[in-house]
Amino acid sequence: MTRDEAMAVLAEEYGAIAPDVDFAEVDPKGDVREAFEIDSMDFLNLVTALSKRLGIAIPEADYPELTTLDDAATYLAAKG
Amino acid sequence: MTTVPFRMPSLGADMEEGKLVEWMIEPGQHVAHGDIVAVVETVKGAVEIEVFEDAEVKRLLVALGETVEVGTPIAELDVEGAPEPEAAPAAERPAPAAERPAPAPAAPPAAAPTAAAPAAAARVSPAARAAARERGVDLSAVTGSGPGGAIVLGDVEAAVAEARPEVSPLEALRQAIGQSMARSKREIPHYYLAHHIDVTPATEWLAATNEGREPDRRLLLGALFVKAVAVAARANPNLNGHYEGAFKPSEAVHVGVAVALRGGGLTAPAIHDADTLDLDETMARMRDLIGRARAGRLRASEMADPTITVTSLGDRGVEAMTAVIMPPQVAIVAFGTPLVRPFVHDGAVVPRTVVSVTLSADHRVSDGRLGSRFLSAVEASLAKPEEL
Repeated sequence: MTRDEAMAVLAEEYGAIAPDVDFAEVDPKGDVREAFEIDSMDFLNLVTALSKRLGIAIPEADYPELTTLDDAATYLAAKG
Repeated sequence: MTTVPFRMPSLGADMEEGKLVEWMIEPGQHVAHGDIVAVVETVKGAVEIEVFEDAEVKRLLVALGETVEVGTPIAELDVEGAPEPEAAPAAERPAPAAERPAPAPAAPPAAAPTAAAPAAAARVSPAARAAARERGVDLSAVTGSGPGGAIVLGDVEAAVAEARPEVSPLEALRQAIGQSMARSKREIPHYYLAHHIDVTPATEWLAATNEGREPDRRLLLGALFVKAVAVAARANPNLNGHYEGAFKPSEAVHVGVAVALRGGGLTAPAIHDADTLDLDETMARMRDLIGRARAGRLRASEMADPTITVTSLGDRGVEAMTAVIMPPQVAIVAFGTPLVRPFVHDGAVVPRTVVSVTLSADHRVSDGRLGSRFLSAVEASLAKPEEL
């Protein structure tokens, strides 16, 4: 999976959780939890969705790799 | 077979009316206990209304899109062996507001100061008088539409609607929260107790438990908080129940979980029988409940049943929070964000994950000694998460 493909997946999954936030307006280097105004349950649901959709393991220890969109795209591209 | 009215339920102290947006039943249909029969829109979103008896639907009384007050008959059910209804005969329209049960918010204690005192000589229904006092309506300026010109609840509601400009759903939600919280602070003599709890054992246990799990089976610290509060509530019944004229302890522990809604506001639906659930069940219920709360698909029983509430700032907030009790409950437990702090552990100052827990409780029912025992019970549970 390329980074662009990973970013497209992130756009869809964040859109499902935070439909009121314009993904294109989010700073790719900013904290996603703040940008999308999501709590720990939302974040767990996001990880669940990404894991199932992409068939990859995302252990809790890797959560810091998902802090920003840039980091997350890089992480998912490497995993996929 | 007896015909009984099925009424618009009260889904919390801040609900005065509901808009019927969907019927799930039709005349002639058989319904069973727990079936969802309608969807009602409230200021906190759409709520699924359940029926609590086996019956046959006789008639629907309220059309889609119609807004009616809490307590208004919205359908008629034929029930085997039910007692005669106290309301109007089936063929009549719903009883006038003055005859309906007063909605939950309209029940301040008799000794409360009466803003509506100047109109005391006029014929005013108790529900209307209470609503006027609650919402600051001058009854001398209200025209009555009840028998003999009596002012009924609908007249007060109309006066309120006339006086206020159109508001957005978010503004309406904020107003409802404001009214409910103002009532709580006015009527409930709150007391507060705070405690710092070392949750390092809980976070370490959680990390070890989640390590081998798929994301959809992982636990959050919030699930441990809910279960710990449920266990403590079971052991301290004077913090678990409803105060409506007098305190009624609840035999069941239904923990309300405060859920922040996207766009603002919050709601606190119940996890039923939370003290009997294991942590996996608790987490599954929380996940389902939070998802449906944000999708606007809560059930009436979930809105009305909480016997104690838990609110949490999650893992990204500030250290401590003091919450306002949600009437008719008598206690709410607020968890701050767990933070790594210098803490004395085994005689040495070491970094530990510490959470601030604040109990707000009703002094009419309990006092600091009992509250302290309650928080100690929460602490004890969180020290041994494997036993929760």
